[in-house]
Amino acid sequence: MTTVALKPATMAQALTRALRDAMAADPTVHVLGEDVGALGGVFRVTDGLAKEFGEDRCTDTPLAEAGILGTAVGMAMYGLRPVVEMQFDAFAYPAFEQLISHVARMRNRTRGRMPLPITVRVPYGGGIGGVEHHSDSSEAYYIATPGLHVVTPATVADAYGLLRAAIASDDPVVFLEPKRLYWSKDSWNPQEPQSVEPIGRAVVRRPGRSATLITYGPSVPVCLEAAEAARAEGWDLEVVDLRSLVPFDDETVAASVRRTGRAVVVHESGSFGGPGGEIAARVTERCFHHLEAPVLRVAGFDLPYPPPMLERHHLPGVDRILDAVARLQWEAGN
Amino acid sequence: MTVMEQRGAYRPTPPPAWQPRTDPAPLLPDAEPYRVLGTEAAAQADPELLRRLYAQLVRGRRYNVQATALTKQGRLAVYPSSTGQEACEVAAALVLQERDWLFPSYRDTLAVVARGVDPVEALTLLRGDWHTGYDPHEHRVAPLCTPLATQLPHAVGLAHAARLKGDDVVALALVGDGGTSEGDFHEALNFAAVWQAPVVFLVQNNGFAISVPLAKQTAAPSLAHKAVGYGMPGRLVDGNDAAAVHEVLADAVRRAREGGGPTLVEAVTYRIDAHTNADDATRYRADAEVETWREHDPIELLEREMNARGLLDEDTRRTVREAAEEMAADLRARMNQDAVLDPMDLFSHVYAEPTPQLREQQALLRAELEAEQEGAH
Repeated sequence: MTTVALKPATMAQALTRALRDAMAADPTVHVLGEDVGALGGVFRVTDGLAKEFGEDRCTDTPLAEAGILGTAVGMAMYGLRPVVEMQFDAFAYPAFEQLISHVARMRNRTRGRMPLPITVRVPYGGGIGGVEHHSDSSEAYYIATPGLHVVTPATVADAYGLLRAAIASDDPVVFLEPKRLYWSKDSWNPQEPQSVEPIGRAVVRRPGRSATLITYGPSVPVCLEAAEAARAEGWDLEVVDLRSLVPFDDETVAASVRRTGRAVVVHESGSFGGPGGEIAARVTERCFHHLEAPVLRVAGFDLPYPPPMLERHHLPGVDRILDAVARLQWEAGN
Repeated sequence: MTVMEQRGAYRPTPPPAWQPRTDPAPLLPDAEPYRVLGTEAAAQADPELLRRLYAQLVRGRRYNVQATALTKQGRLAVYPSSTGQEACEVAAALVLQERDWLFPSYRDTLAVVARGVDPVEALTLLRGDWHTGYDPHEHRVAPLCTPLATQLPHAVGLAHAARLKGDDVVALALVGDGGTSEGDFHEALNFAAVWQAPVVFLVQNNGFAISVPLAKQTAAPSLAHKAVGYGMPGRLVDGNDAAAVHEVLADAVRRAREGGGPTLVEAVTYRIDAHTNADDATRYRADAEVETWREHDPIELLEREMNARGLLDEDTRRTVREAAEEMAADLRARMNQDAVLDPMDLFSHVYAEPTPQLREQQALLRAELEAEQEGAH
């Protein structure tokens, strides 16, 4: 048995590697967006692609998100696999009409004759000190749109595996990249073939017995940290990383909650109308008789994403999660 | 010496020499819409082309009349008639090669049919049994599109992709005058010009966006003038002159195919019927205006020219009319049959593989349908 030297790599590097491998494996994969060429993207995720594959394969477009996604639709109609970059979460909003009116429903409206294998990469979420329109968590809009897959990695390995799976998918995938984790490092061997996860499977990141934290993307490391801190108070928390919001892995989530009997959903986006409400409802429907307490939500506040000097009050942190966990010692009448 | 101390003697550095990126003069449209019929240019028009245009115009007019009748019988949910605009529709379809792509808007059923799509399948969206009836790849016709101008960037992307693959395919995208106000119109034209994509945009300026007249839609000298700002040629053409529209589009398609980039064509025409059967056009326009356009009818214009050149004898005229009647009778008969629908199809085409959540909902509907059937027995 040979030991493989695992070197630390960042999530951004894993994403770059995924794009590169996908482009090398399939000549129909094209990357397009604002600044993806010579600059390599503002987060450098497309670094080196234009040089390696040419500007026809990694294309700097005019600054226009509807145009970027709209032309990607036409490219996909002609047999290409476009991967578009939206640069920042809130910059994607001008492209919403193309996404909702065409990308999400072209397969359906043509009775399966015109599927659109488009990957929409959206750096999302806060915690990087960005000014307005640079920190939104827009996943609720995407998951409310039938026809889209919505995935979000939390680890370096998943960033690679899920992006390869997204690009290989014959359906459109909104690929949400937690920007605060771009520079997070994991031991990861970029030389070896990397595992490609099928879209739609959650994973238990940390096993536990007393309650389940259900989370995804940028909140996964926060939940893991909370789980460590909770040990001091006698809580053994299980952390489920959803990885995919659509399709949703009811089985993994329900199995975990049935084991632990308690659940908290944690995400950055707002609580009202957010993913947590849907997840809590699904858990309740499946695990009602196993639950010792109501399913709680720890989310961002229901306000426009705050300015950077105040964002720490908005983002769900370890303390807020631990407070929720404490509330899980619920008794009827409380 | 500081900058403040330089005051008086200071001369700002002029900006580096400025040059226009593109010479605007050749991009500018003509002052008048280009015409062929009734002018000296008509002598050059290919008789065979005029016959094809004539047959399709007559067929198209009959199709509009038949489809409008079907709305009154409740067989179509809605029909946006293109009566008066048939020349644009027909020329757009006939100018393309088989390998080229057509990107229609919701009013362009005639162009879709003239391209070879089954007349019933072209009405699927408007009938309401599904969204798109035909296979877009079979005839290289994109789905009929109801959001405005969103199909234009698709045409640009497809044309761009074809060129990247080395195929000499041209995309022709149709849009109305109202659609030119949408952001997607701007983005599509800008991308097309920057990429020099082989795409042709045909604006059918029929005077009204539902009820809003062109004067309230734009302050541009003409819609064709908008091309100059993107760095592509703008052409202005009489949209009721089938030979002129065909010639202008043929030039633009040839240019695109040869690597010359995109063109914006504005066809000046008129919507004789209301926006759809659900609209009351008398609220926003005068009958007298409609009458002046009736006198400029695309079929009559072509008939007059063909008569003058001896290209239209009574036999030809009868053959064309009979073929159109036959198409209408067939359309009527088939549209009067009730659509056969399978509700389970609802779940078949959302994703390549239904999500677990959709499978649950699929099972629910199946159970409901079975219960319904048992109740019926």
